[in-house]
Amino acid sequence: MLRVLIGWHFLYEGAIKLFNPGWTAKFYLLSSEGMFKSFFHTLAGDTMIGIIDFMNVACLLIVGLALILGVFERIGASIGIVLLILYYFAHPAFPGLEQAGTEGSYFLINKNLIEAAALYVIFLCPTAAYFGLTRYLRPSTLTTSNV
Amino acid sequence: MAEEKQKGNVSRRSALKGLTGLPVVGGILWAGAVEASQKKKSRESILKTLNINASPPPKTGPMSGDPIRLGIIGFGIRGPQLCRSLGFATKKWLADMKASAEKNAEDTRLASFLEQENLNVEITAVCDLFDVRAQEAADSFSTDKVKVKIYKHHQALLESNDVDAVVIATADHWHAPIAIAALEAGKHVYLEKPMTHNIAETYALQDAVQRTGMVFQVGHQHRQTQSFVTARDVVNKNILGHVSLIQANTNRNSDNGAWQYTIHEKASPDTIDWQQFIGNAPMVPFNPEHFFRWRKWWAYGSGLSGDLMVHDYDRVNCVLEMGIPRSVISSGGIYTHKDGRNVPDVMQINMEFPDFTTGSSQESGKERGMTMVYSATLGNQYSRTTALMGHDATMELGNRLTIYADRNSTRYKDMIDNETIDPNVPIYQYDPSANEVDGITSATAKYFADKGLLYTYRNGRRVDSTHLHMWEWLSAIRNGTPVSCGIKEGFEEAITAHMGGLSYKLGRRIDWDPAKQEIVPIEGFDLDEVLLTDTEKLV
Repeated sequence: MLRVLIGWHFLYEGAIKLFNPGWTAKFYLLSSEGMFKSFFHTLAGDTMIGIIDFMNVACLLIVGLALILGVFERIGASIGIVLLILYYFAHPAFPGLEQAGTEGSYFLINKNLIEAAALYVIFLCPTAAYFGLTRYLRPSTLTTSNV
Repeated sequence: MAEEKQKGNVSRRSALKGLTGLPVVGGILWAGAVEASQKKKSRESILKTLNINASPPPKTGPMSGDPIRLGIIGFGIRGPQLCRSLGFATKKWLADMKASAEKNAEDTRLASFLEQENLNVEITAVCDLFDVRAQEAADSFSTDKVKVKIYKHHQALLESNDVDAVVIATADHWHAPIAIAALEAGKHVYLEKPMTHNIAETYALQDAVQRTGMVFQVGHQHRQTQSFVTARDVVNKNILGHVSLIQANTNRNSDNGAWQYTIHEKASPDTIDWQQFIGNAPMVPFNPEHFFRWRKWWAYGSGLSGDLMVHDYDRVNCVLEMGIPRSVISSGGIYTHKDGRNVPDVMQINMEFPDFTTGSSQESGKERGMTMVYSATLGNQYSRTTALMGHDATMELGNRLTIYADRNSTRYKDMIDNETIDPNVPIYQYDPSANEVDGITSATAKYFADKGLLYTYRNGRRVDSTHLHMWEWLSAIRNGTPVSCGIKEGFEEAITAHMGGLSYKLGRRIDWDPAKQEIVPIEGFDLDEVLLTDTEKLV
């Protein structure tokens, strides 16, 4: 259930960006704050932004599909964790930094970090073999689970 | 048999568990596609209706041929900035910027300067009444090929055969006398704002420009700002409807912003030509504060009306071309900086344009008349936007351009009713600076940058607007192309500023007679005398 909910979140974010050709992560990266600000500003540069935008959409879709369909879920969860950690450090919930574009109040812990932790749980306890396409990819598991 | 049935149930349940994700995926992708497509359709429909063309201004001509030889008259604060726009920075500035860029990677001022295109000019002469500054310019700008000659007096510089054109950045009370002398001497002129210090000079300078035919440009560099060019297109396409009110503001809250500049440690009667500085102002004993902080006195400067309002007036005039207001009423006072200055530090100037129209979407009879309100304080820096407020939409004007539809608009009524347009969300936003990280640090620099006065963008690259304004002026000299802020625009700016100053000082409405092209005389007052006199001595 948790896996499908997180996958849903990722897939819809990816789909909205995919179907909106004008979308770019540039402004999100340029408004970055905190210790990794200059790194994120470099990613927003003209030479990098095309690749970054493509990678972001591709990763969101891959994570979403992997989690909802229940296929390669540990790889999906790992990519999702990396993405969320990047989002976290682009706009870290550190005291004194402006939390632009967020609702609620945060001190060190924000929703990105919590979602990353939830993905770590999925990484540790994969469920795709029981509930997902992995059932078909690994028939031996299917047999075992049916015994 | 029973076992087979059980097996069948297990495999169906098992298949269900494996494939449940597929319809979910399909549903999410479908929802995303529908949402994105609706947003896109709505956006396209708005943009099609507006049809705004964010094209850059026409490119000026080439800078090829022999170098144009320039004389710099006035090398205080603005003079060195203008020289940098021409490609010449002092050694001190270069060293300071290098050190700053090493400390802060986002400080791109040095990089931007070094990337500037070569305007093919030589600085051959400099004149400043403070020896230290003139020497700094000569030391920094002299090359093996070209030695910068220092002139004690501007007249001697103007008589030099080594100068083709001059850049004037002196105190306001010297603007017109030097510009007129330069034009008479056959030199092209780039003159800082405000164009003149009093009314009579405004006509005399107009006459000199028309008579001599030399190229003349007033330093309102924001005319090169791309968002303003786009704003003109917005107005021409009647996107705002009838504009009845414009608000423009100055908000500063620093010593530098209140003209409380540093007094140089080497300032003395030996290093400053005091007699020459005084010029047509009343003689007072040597006073370094008057010399370095001249903007604080009417005798040399022009107060908020001539010093800062002119920026806002010309920013709007270059978009609307509304010309000189029919009447002006000002008020204000010295409420924060009670430091001996006699120009106000809070000032409101209301300019009336009863016959002006930007077009209308309503029935005839509702399309004429506009007020421009300029509101300024040097005691607070809360940022207030410049807004052109029309019946159909409001446009925020600066380096960014944002347009909001009005909830009760006639033109957008249908689109608001069917929720294609949300009056709380901009229907158009133009932000060429979105590609840039802002490396500007000082409050005053930020104030100017936000107004679109410091830099603009060409092909996504940040460019100093003064550099482009200089380019335009030099191209006019070389190729005969037009300038965007010539004598007509300068005349309008100067007269409007003087009307603002006069109204403040006299505490009454000042009228403009468009037929006679003059400020309506007021019995018992010589208006030029009023402009130059301390307000307290008038009432």
